[in-house]
Parts: sequence; C-alpha cells; structure tokens
Amino acid sequence: MFGNLSHLALQQYWWVLIAFLASMLIFLMFVQGGQTLIFTLGKKSVHKTMLVNALGRKWEFTFTTLVTFGGAFFASFPLFYACSFGGAYWVWMAILFCFIIQAIAYEFRSKPGNFLGQKTYDVFLLINGALGPILIGTAVGTFFNGSMFSVNEYNQSRWEVSSYGLEAVLNWHNLALGLTVFFLARLLGIMYFIRNIEDEELVRKCRRQLLCNAIPFLVFFIAFTIRLLVMKGFAYDPDTYTVSFENFKYLHNFLAMPLVLFLFIAGVVLVLFSLYKALLKESINGFYWGGTGTVLVVFSLLLVAGLNNTCYYPSIYDLQSSLHIENSSSSHYTLTVLSYVSLLFPVVLAYIYLAWNAINKKKIDAEEMKGETHVY
Amino acid sequence: MIDSIDLSLVNWSRGQFALTAYYHWLFVPLTLGLSFILAFMETLYVRTGDEKWKSITKFWMTLFGINFAIGVATGIILEFEFGTNWSNYSWFVGDIFGAPLAIEGIMAFFLESTFLAVMFFGWNKISKKWHLASTWLVAIGASLSAVWILVANAWMQHPIGMHFNPETARNEMINFWEILFSPVAVTKVLHTTTSGFVLAAVFVVGISSWYLLKKREILLARRSIMVAAIFGILSSIFLIWTGDESTRQIVHVQPMKLAAIEGLYHGQEGTGLVVIGILSQSEEDPEYENKKDFSFRIEIPKFLSYMAFGRSDAFVPGIIDLIEGNEERGIISSAEKMERGKYAREVLREMKDAKAADDFVSYEARKAKFIDPGFQENYFRYFGYGFIDEPDQLIPNVPLLFYSFHLMVGLGFYFLVFFILAIIMVYRDTLIRRRGFLRLAIWTIPLAYLANLLGWTVAEVGRQPWVIQDLMPTFAAVSRIDAGMVQVTFWLFAAIFTTLAIAEVRIMIKQIKLGPKEGRE
Repeated sequence: MFGNLSHLALQQYWWVLIAFLASMLIFLMFVQGGQTLIFTLGKKSVHKTMLVNALGRKWEFTFTTLVTFGGAFFASFPLFYACSFGGAYWVWMAILFCFIIQAIAYEFRSKPGNFLGQKTYDVFLLINGALGPILIGTAVGTFFNGSMFSVNEYNQSRWEVSSYGLEAVLNWHNLALGLTVFFLARLLGIMYFIRNIEDEELVRKCRRQLLCNAIPFLVFFIAFTIRLLVMKGFAYDPDTYTVSFENFKYLHNFLAMPLVLFLFIAGVVLVLFSLYKALLKESINGFYWGGTGTVLVVFSLLLVAGLNNTCYYPSIYDLQSSLHIENSSSSHYTLTVLSYVSLLFPVVLAYIYLAWNAINKKKIDAEEMKGETHVY
Repeated sequence: MIDSIDLSLVNWSRGQFALTAYYHWLFVPLTLGLSFILAFMETLYVRTGDEKWKSITKFWMTLFGINFAIGVATGIILEFEFGTNWSNYSWFVGDIFGAPLAIEGIMAFFLESTFLAVMFFGWNKISKKWHLASTWLVAIGASLSAVWILVANAWMQHPIGMHFNPETARNEMINFWEILFSPVAVTKVLHTTTSGFVLAAVFVVGISSWYLLKKREILLARRSIMVAAIFGILSSIFLIWTGDESTRQIVHVQPMKLAAIEGLYHGQEGTGLVVIGILSQSEEDPEYENKKDFSFRIEIPKFLSYMAFGRSDAFVPGIIDLIEGNEERGIISSAEKMERGKYAREVLREMKDAKAADDFVSYEARKAKFIDPGFQENYFRYFGYGFIDEPDQLIPNVPLLFYSFHLMVGLGFYFLVFFILAIIMVYRDTLIRRRGFLRLAIWTIPLAYLANLLGWTVAEVGRQPWVIQDLMPTFAAVSRIDAGMVQVTFWLFAAIFTTLAIAEVRIMIKQIKLGPKEGRE
C-alpha cells in the first residue's frame, strides 16, 4: 500500500501527520493553561485541589504527545531534528526543563514527606504552564520567520549565532505566536474546568477569567495572522531545490490549498463560537468546540508552513540551507515503514476517547476529593 | 567531515548523556517490573474477590506512581538529547534510529499514559475487569516502550539492515525486520527488561521484609513476598540465560568489549573465564595506557572459549590481537582499519568536492565506487576508524568494565539464590523469624539498583569509542555548540535530578512508613 507511493507523497503524508500531532499538542496544552490559573482561581484550598486534580488526570496526554511529536519528527524529518535541536539549544533546553518539573509536580505535591513543600510544586506547575506554551509557540514561529543556521554538503548543521535559539524571542511575530498559544491554552484550560468541575463558585470565577484571556488572545492571534498573510515566505523550486523569497507566500499557500483555507476558517470560527457559548450562553461545552477549533487552526497553519513547495524551517543565515519536506526527510523505505505504523493512530485515538470518557463521565467535586484514594 | 573537534565539548556531552541515562535508569526498572507485579496482584484480587488483594495492589500502586513520575521526567530529556547534543549522529543514522523512537511514542507511550490514568482514577468509575485490563495495559505499555528504545540501542551496538547513501551522507534503513529481530536486539530487550523485573521483585521483597521486621502489615508483606519472589525467580533465570546469550553475541559483534570485560589482552585457544580477579594498577604498558594486567585471578579453565564459541579449544581474541591484528586468525590490525576508514572518507570527500565543482563525470564515478559492494565491505565497513588518530583510542576503560561486569554477574546469581531462599521461607512459614534474612533483603535493594547501573556501564562504556559500532565514533557525533553551554545544562540537570531524586526517595520512604492503612490508601 504505502510502498507504492512516491517519496514525495510519503513526505507529504508525514508532514500531515506531524501537523496533526502538533495540533493535538497545542490543544492538549489546556493542561498548561489551566496550571497558570491555579493560584488565581484556587484561592481556597478545596478549589485548588479540584483544579489540580482535574488537570492531573490529563497531564500525561500532553507530555506523551510532546514526546511522540519529537519522536515522529526525528523519524520522518531527521535533518530538522539535527538542525533545530542541535542548534536552538537554549530554547529546547528551556522547554525540556519546563516539562521535567511538571512531570513530578503532580505526583509529589501533596505526598507526605515532600521536603520541597507543596507551594514549590505549584510554582513548578505555574512555570511549566507559562513558559511551555510561550516557548513552544515561539519555536513554531520560526517555521515562518526562519532561524540562523547553515547546513554543509554532508548535511551537518551549525547554528550561526551565539544566542543558540534565544534570538527567536526577539522576533515579535514569533513571540506573538507564543503569546497566542499561551492565552489560547489558558482559555481552553478555563473551559476545561467549566466542563469538568462541579462547583458553582469556582465555575463563576472561571467565567470571569474567560474575558480577561479572550481579549489578549484575539489581539495576538489577529496580529500574528495578518502578518502571516502579508509576509514574504520561503519557497523552493521542486526541481532544483533552489530556495527563494516569495511575496505573500503563506496567503498564496492558503489560496492554492482551498481545503486548508476552509479548515483554518472553520477552526477560527469554532474557537470564536466556543468563546461566545462559554461567555454569553454559559455553556459548559465550550471546551469541545474550542478544542476542535484549535486542532483545525494549528493543523492548517502547519500545512501552510510545509506544503506547496514551502520551506518549513527556513534559514535566514543561508537561504539554501533551508529545510523543506523533500530535502530533510527520511528515506522512502523508512517513511513506508513508519506509514504502516501510523495506521495505529485511529486505534490510539479510539482508546484515548474511551479512557477519557471513563474518567470524565462524572464531574469532579469536593466530595470526590475527600473520598478519592489517589489525590494530587 | 568533522575535522576539528572540541574534546571538552565531547566529554561534557557524554557526561550529560550519561548523567541523564543513569538517573533515568534509576527509576525505569522499577516501573517495568512493578507494573507487572501490580497486574499479578490485581488479577488475584479479581479472581478471588479478596479485598485484601485490592488493598495490597493499591499500596504498591502508590509507590509505583511516585516512581513513575520521575522516570517520565528523566526520559523526555534522553529523547531530545539525541538532537540537542548529538546532532551529527541524528542525521548520520536518524533514518534508522528515529523510527523506533516514533514507534515507541505511538505504540507504547500512549498506551501506558492513557491507561495509567484509568488505573489510578478508575477504581470507582469502571468495572473490575475494565480496571484489571487497564493495569495490564500499563504493564504491557511500559515494557513495549522499553522494547523500542532497546531495539534502537541494540542497533547502535550492531548496525545492520541498512546501507550508506553517499548522496545524503547518512545511513538508511533497508530492512526493518532485520533491525527489529536482530539477535542482539532480541537478547538486549529480554535481558534489560528482565533486569527491571528482578529489581522490582527485590524492591517488593525488601520493603515487605522491613514490615516483617517491624511486625507490621504481616499479610501484605507475606503475600507480596510470595508474588514478588516467584516473579523474581523466573526473571532471574531468564536474566542469567539472556546474559549468557548476550556474551555469546558480543564475541562476534563487539570483540573488543568482550576482551575488555574479561581483561583479556592476549587471545588464546581454550581461554578461561575469570571468576574473580584484581587488575594491577602498577604495571602499565607504555604503548597502551589503558592496559592493565591481573595481579590476581581465579578462572574456570577453557570456559570462556566454550561460552563464546561452544568449543573449549576455540580461540578468543584479546585486546592486543584486535589492535595489532593477528594474521593467523584473520584479524585485521586497527592500523589497517584506520587506513581503510580514512580512504572511505576520502572517496566521500572527493565525491562531494566533485559535486560542488559541477564535475558530474567525476561525481558519478566516485559515487559508483562508493556504493560498490566490494567497497562497502572492505572500506566503508571501517568508516568510523577513519576518524581515529591513535589505536589506543580503540581500547575502552578496561578496569571499569572488568569490575562492572563481574560484579553485575555475581549479583545476578546472588539474586536468584536470594529469591529461592525467600520462597522456601515463605512456604515453611519461617520468614518472619529469619531476621537476618529480612535485614539482608532490605540491603539487597541497593544492590539491585547497583547491578542495573553496572549493566548499562558495561553496555555503553564497553562500546567506546563508538556511538555506532565501527561507523561513527562518539566524538564525531556531537552537536557543534559551545562546551560551556553543555557545562551549564549539565550542572542544571545534575542539580535538578539530584534534588528530585532526594525528594522521591523521601516521599517513598514516608509512604512506606505510613503503610497501606495510615497512608492515602
């Protein structure tokens, strides 16, 4: 089946899967967004316990998706892995540190004998929640704005500025994406709380937080999107692989791929609809509308970044070192093997759906926190 | 291709990876083994309906959760360090090495993490059988994740199922099944996962023994010891068998590693197996600074020859044979391999130069030469040797390997005896009176951790200087960043992992002291 596909078709297929994993990762960052609110919303101890436990049952999904995203990117586009991770060292290390402290925070925070104290672990959650989305969003921003690296004839990469990735934060467009992800994660986190916690007072506080986060989210998202649609992009010639600038490249990509444009618009509408439902209609289902919208928007943005002869990891140091799906991918054979493995994705999604429903079928309440044997 | 290398960068990068790997492996074996012990215990609960088994399962599950979290935290770093610190490696073999990591995520991590949540939070939300299935799936997911990363590691020790593509300057996969079912991979997977099972069994027996010493939680302790000791006996037998198989393979695929772990300098027919030995620190050979002779040893005559080749008179090559060559035995000297490796690199360089100069005739000629099977077999096979300057670089740290290996093997046999004694005492109902044994059981816990870390030391130090056996030395794999950057992250990792490990141990001890009744169960 996959073995008969051309190398390009497999490269496109894998870019689509990478885009899907990235979109799931950003959606699942509602956990991170929620973590940034535990001090704001959890002034009462019982509220904080409910907030942390609502998130604590899901943090592993975000973590696992990040790890799988990394592994899948490595396997399908190893030159990206080598260039970006081996060059933008500080950014990736900062992201990793954020996730180390998250992993233990849930399990350790309320355990007896915890010598660092509960507050330390709550601060860990806050750091992870704030820095994780901002840094990951900023890193994804470089997919559109480029980075300072070069690749030699042996495909060995080198970062060409001594800031080793930190310079990405100085680009307002990258940062705008980082902050968009940050506020989106908070919005999703709030809507997740509204959907899954049974406590009137807490839910009321959550709804108040919605507006505070919706406004900056919209500002940063609109700024990012407008700039994206008018900016020059990095195109490559599919025959010679010569890279050049193209005006309005990403706008052209949307127009050249109407389905992607439709997904993007549908995603934006769903996110706005979720805010409308949660803010004005006091619906508890905004999380699912917003989550679906997030997946569609991120998915379509990643498709625009890498398809239609576009360099998904451009080099602004040496244009010809830019990475696109054709010059950075694994071999035909490896992509074929991986494609067969990818057939497991629907199975994975199915059992995640079942497990998610099994755990979330009843809302968390104060009573459950008293009776639950495994409390964070 | 890598012409100037900052050795300080290489050493700090190695140090950082070793630090992360050691910390990771402090926690993962317990996860691997304890997940199955939980599954056994919960199965007993579901089959018998005895609520005591449920309480026992939940107690060990609490300890599992504490340990699991820190294992996950250290694991994420390892995956990304292949990119951050070993970017040349990531390209050179990413076409092969990346696949197991991706499959690990898709096939194992999601399984493990999804059902972990069900296992912890589903007691009152789903049926007994649904919950039991979740516990089993966590155990299977944990072991599956180990399978894929160990397959990847085995490939680094014995690269097969691939060819080198000179155009892309990397190795590319040509046979997935050969990589997955390579005998080295199969043995490594079985040996390493069962080492985790043994550690977990020792852990459960040890903690339960503490309760018996304190005359607390008698039922929990007795039942836990029974389950863990049976699991431990079976795992230990498997561990010894796969360890033996592993040694048999090493002599063929990594003869230098075998020579180093046995402290064997001069190969001979009918080589004996050193059971106990002390390496001299005084008689150094000026030509080979890593050479250390024995000042004392007890060996089983001809047994190494028999173990390695199935014949007691077989020739086992020593370190000197492998460095200087042994024409009689058909062993090429390292100097010759270095020459061949340098030639392979030179042809690749000429090919790249021809391409840069748009000299397509020359480019095609060199490309044809490079992919010729004869060139691959006689020259590219030694590609990594082309980076080596001195033959002495090819000798790993013999004393470290020798002692690590022998101590690990000794402990492996000790664990088997330990479990047998434990199970006998349980059946005779004398365990609670054997206070000496109960104390020994507690002290066996650190020994199990030591044995696991020694095992990785043997596997990883033993293959130095290679990151990919014979194809890429470790120093050529490193990312081109500043050594100072890696120093900063090394110390940050050291500080955070140490702090978290101390926190984990304290929480674990507190939880054990609280026990199932007073704890959060």
